Amino acid sequence: MQLLKGKVALITGCGKGIGRASMRRFAEEGAIVYANCRSEGKLDEETAYLSEQFSTTVTPLYFDIRDKAEIKKAIMRIKKENARLDILLNNAGVMRDALIGMVDDKTIEDTFQTNVFAMIHVTQMAIKIMGKESCGSIINLSSIVGLRGSEGQTVYASSKGAVATLTKTWARELVKDNIRVNGIAPGKIDTDMFHSIGEEKVAEQIKDVGMKRLGSPDEVANTAVFLASDLSSYVTGEIIGVNGGWFL
Amino acid sequence: MNNKEKYLKAFCEALNITPEQTEGLVYTGISEWDSVGHMNLIASLEETFDIMMDTDDIIDLSSFEKGMEILKEKYDVEF
Repeated sequence: MQLLKGKVALITGCGKGIGRASMRRFAEEGAIVYANCRSEGKLDEETAYLSEQFSTTVTPLYFDIRDKAEIKKAIMRIKKENARLDILLNNAGVMRDALIGMVDDKTIEDTFQTNVFAMIHVTQMAIKIMGKESCGSIINLSSIVGLRGSEGQTVYASSKGAVATLTKTWARELVKDNIRVNGIAPGKIDTDMFHSIGEEKVAEQIKDVGMKRLGSPDEVANTAVFLASDLSSYVTGEIIGVNGGWFL
Repeated sequence: MNNKEKYLKAFCEALNITPEQTEGLVYTGISEWDSVGHMNLIASLEETFDIMMDTDDIIDLSSFEKGMEILKEKYDVEF
């Protein structure tokens, strides 16, 4: 049984990592997927393959998530083609590290524009075609560091903390519209973003994880599938940790 | 039904009011047009005219007349 059969999903930040894995898993579960990515053409081959392989439609949407006009175009297109949106996976995000005292304005602006402001803009437009008769599900990618803080991650951690707060707030506001809102707080995941800290540090970091390994993007995507599906029909306002026993 | 009639119908249905109540009507001027009513109104107008309003315009829509002005100027709805 496909858990997301026929559901219409928009996933932001599908270029790589957790977004890319989610695009694949959602297609595998039968969802009609709109996959956002900034780099023109990057998803063409894989979306065509996934569409054929899983007898569904996976459509790449190339635009910068910070561009409000492009977000609007995307939502209008989904509305025209499906008349509704069932799932929004707010995944797009950037990470730039700096210790307090060395945080420049550009880092703050860039990080918050992508991780927080764009998420608000996408969600504000998406909810117009979500919920009502059918149940909607919004899933926001937060982070364990957004819940507990992290040395050297003033900007990233605070942006992900904001995502957690948005999740709780929207869950309260949108429950009346039949839209569930939940978050995922990944720990150390085997993505380019995590490896950007350097391989030596990665090896060091794994020692703190109870399972003594990094999580895979698929393991986060599986949690997204659960939250997107009717298996979680009574779950809203929760932030689920995917951390392999790394508790900070 | 012309656009003016469609607009009036959308307004009345969203806020559950009569056409007579719309003249000079302003946001929060009646209990029906509170923040929840406002979101219902926006959904109704978007559905009626097949548009998606920008957040700034949603906030600016502060009266019955202002709504027509915004739809005309920004969304090419002729009245």
